[in-house]
Amino acid sequence: MDPLLSVRDLHVTFKLDEGVVRAVDGVSFDVQPGQVLGIVGESGCGKSVTMRAILQLVDRPGQITGGKITFRQDSGVLDITTAAPRGATMRALRGADIALIPQEPMAAFSPVHTVGEQIIEAILLHDSGLSRKQARARVVELFQDVGMSMPEQRVDAYSWQLSGGLRQRAMIAMALSCRPRLLIADEPTTAIDVTTQAQVLALLKDLQRKYGTAIIFITHDLGVIAQMASHVVVMYLGRVMEQGPVDDIFHAPKHPYTRALLRSIPGMHGTTRTPLPVISGTLPHPFNRPPGCPFHPRCADAIAGKCARDVPELLPVTARQSASCFLYPAASPA
Amino acid sequence: MSHQPTPLLEVRNLQKFFPIAKGWLKRVSGHVRAVDDVSFTINEGETLGLVGESGCGKTTASRCILRAIDPTAGEIIYRTRDGRTVDLAGLDRAGLAPLRAEIQMIFQDPFGSLNPRMTLFDNVGEPLLVHGMRNRAERTDRVADLLRVVGLRPEFMHRFPHAFSGGQRQRIGIARALATNPRLVVADEPVSALDVSVQAQVLNLLLELQASLKLTYLFVAHDLSVVRHISDRVAVMYVGQLVELAPTDALFRRPRHPYTAALMRAVPVADPRETSTDTILGGEVPSPAAPPSGCYFHPRCRFADARCRTEAPALREVSPGHFARCHFAEQMAAPSAG
Repeated sequence: MDPLLSVRDLHVTFKLDEGVVRAVDGVSFDVQPGQVLGIVGESGCGKSVTMRAILQLVDRPGQITGGKITFRQDSGVLDITTAAPRGATMRALRGADIALIPQEPMAAFSPVHTVGEQIIEAILLHDSGLSRKQARARVVELFQDVGMSMPEQRVDAYSWQLSGGLRQRAMIAMALSCRPRLLIADEPTTAIDVTTQAQVLALLKDLQRKYGTAIIFITHDLGVIAQMASHVVVMYLGRVMEQGPVDDIFHAPKHPYTRALLRSIPGMHGTTRTPLPVISGTLPHPFNRPPGCPFHPRCADAIAGKCARDVPELLPVTARQSASCFLYPAASPA
Repeated sequence: MSHQPTPLLEVRNLQKFFPIAKGWLKRVSGHVRAVDDVSFTINEGETLGLVGESGCGKTTASRCILRAIDPTAGEIIYRTRDGRTVDLAGLDRAGLAPLRAEIQMIFQDPFGSLNPRMTLFDNVGEPLLVHGMRNRAERTDRVADLLRVVGLRPEFMHRFPHAFSGGQRQRIGIARALATNPRLVVADEPVSALDVSVQAQVLNLLLELQASLKLTYLFVAHDLSVVRHISDRVAVMYVGQLVELAPTDALFRRPRHPYTAALMRAVPVADPRETSTDTILGGEVPSPAAPPSGCYFHPRCRFADARCRTEAPALREVSPGHFARCHFAEQMAAPSAG
C-alpha cells in the first residue's frame, strides 16, 4: 500500500547567534492511510518540529535544510518540501487535508470570537460552496459527534466559557471540520486531567474508526502511546531510534534507549518505594550534540570506539521493526 | 515503617473557603469550598501521597499546612523537633518563624521557582541566611554539601539557574528545601514538569534522601503511578473533600471509593496488551463553589442511588487503616485482574 504521508531523511536546523541547532537530523517514517502512528520522545527530541515541518510551519530561524516530505492526494503526490510555506498549495492543504490538534486548546482559540465562528470560518475557507447557515449546521453536527451536550448553545460559546475537556472537544471538532485525511495531534491530552484524558482518548479512537482518518499522535506519555497507536516511532535528539508495531516496541524493544525509557516509568503493578532503573546522565544541550550515535553518552551498551564515532543508520532488525543501533550487525555507518 | 508510628502532623477538619466577590461593591456572594473538612495524619518518616484532579484542593490543603495561606477553620497539629505539639493553624508570624525551618517545600516548576538573578550559592544559601547562618564561609561549606547530596557538583555553586536543565534545577530546588534540615517536606507535583527519564532520577533521589535524612513527605501529585511508587499511604481528594485514605497497596488492590476506582481505570497503561474495556467515567468535576447535594460524586457515580443524592456520606474506617467516604464502600468489589 502506498503511504499517505512519507517523510524521508528530513533535516530541520535553527541558525542562532550561539550556533546551529540540528533539531531534526535525518528523520524518516511513513504514515499509511487510516493508521495511528505514535511518535514518542522527551523534550528536545524534535517531535514537534517534525510536525511543523509537515505543515510547512517551521518559524525562522528554523529552516528545512534537507529531505523530502510527500503527501498523497487524489490529484497525485504532493511534495510538501518544495511548496511555498505561504503559497496557495499549502494553504489549501492545511486544515483541509492535514489538520492539527494543538496541545493547549486555550491558546489555540481566539478569546474574542465564539468557537462556532472560528470553526465556521475554517469550513467556509475550504468549502466555498456552502452557505453560512449550512456551515453552522455542520458545526452543530460536529459538536454532537465529539460528544458535546447542548451543541446548539455551545456553538455560540467563547472558548473561556468552556471547561478544559469541552475546549479540547471543540478543538477536535474544528480539526475534523473539513474531513482531513491526516490528523496531527500534538500532546492533545497533556494539559487535561486523567479522567478527562480518558474521555478524549476514547473519543479520538471512536472518530478514527468512524472516519478512517490517519492520526499522528505525538506524546511523551508511554501509556497514551500504548493505548492509542498501532505503530510507534521513538525519537531522541532529532533522530529516529526505533520504529515498529506497538506490541513489538513495548514487548520486544530493540534500541537501548527504548528499553531504558520503558524501564524507567513507575507502573501500576511493580514493587513500590524501590529505586527505579534510570537513564544515566542528562539530555545534552542542543549546541552540544554528541558525535556518533546521539544516545551513546547515556547508553549502557555503547560499543567503545564505535558509537562515539559513527552515526548508526535506521535499518530493519526484524521483519517489522527497525532500529538505529550498532548492536545489530545490519546497521552500518550513515 | 516502624511498629509504633508516631504522628508528626495531624490535620483535623481543615477548611479553606475563598470568598466570591460580585459587583462593584465586591459583596461576597458565595464561597469556593476549596478544602472542605479534610483530616489526615502523617507519621514520622513516612510518605503520604495526596492525589486528585485539578481543582480538588490538594494544593490548597498543602499550602494551608505550610501556612502560605491561612486556613478558614481546623487544626494542624505539628510535633516539633523538641517534642512539643503546636497548632500551626493558630500561630502568628512570630510563632511560625522558628518552625519554618522544619517544614519546607519543593515546587513543581523548576524554571519558575529559582531566582534567575541569583547564583546557586545564593538560591540554596538564602534559607540559611534567613535562619541565622551569617558566616559566609560556613554557608559556602553547607551549600557545597547540599549540592553534593542532591547529586550536583559543588563547583556549580557560582553559576546561575539558566545554565541547568529541568532535572538539574529540580535538584537545586531540593537542595534549597533541605538547607535548613527540615523534618517535613511538602512536595507539590515535584516531577510532573520533568521528562520521563529525569523523573525516575528525581524520584530515586527523593527516596534516598528520605532514608538518609529521616524525612517525612507530603507528596502532592496527580499522576497515580508516581504516587503509587513513592507513597506509604495515599489520600484521594475530590471537590475539596478526602474521599479515600489507605495504605498504598490496599488502595490500589481494592479501592473502596468509586472515584478512586475510576481514577485508576483512567490511567493509560503503558502496555498495548492491557486494554481496558471498562466504562469510562463520564461527566465533569463539579465546581467547588456549588457542589452537588449529598455525596459530591453521585452525579458521575454508576453505583449511586437515592440515598447518595440526599445524604452526604462521612469518611469512615472500612477496614483497619482504610478510610472511605462512600455509603457502599463495603460492596465495592476488587477490580478484575489485568
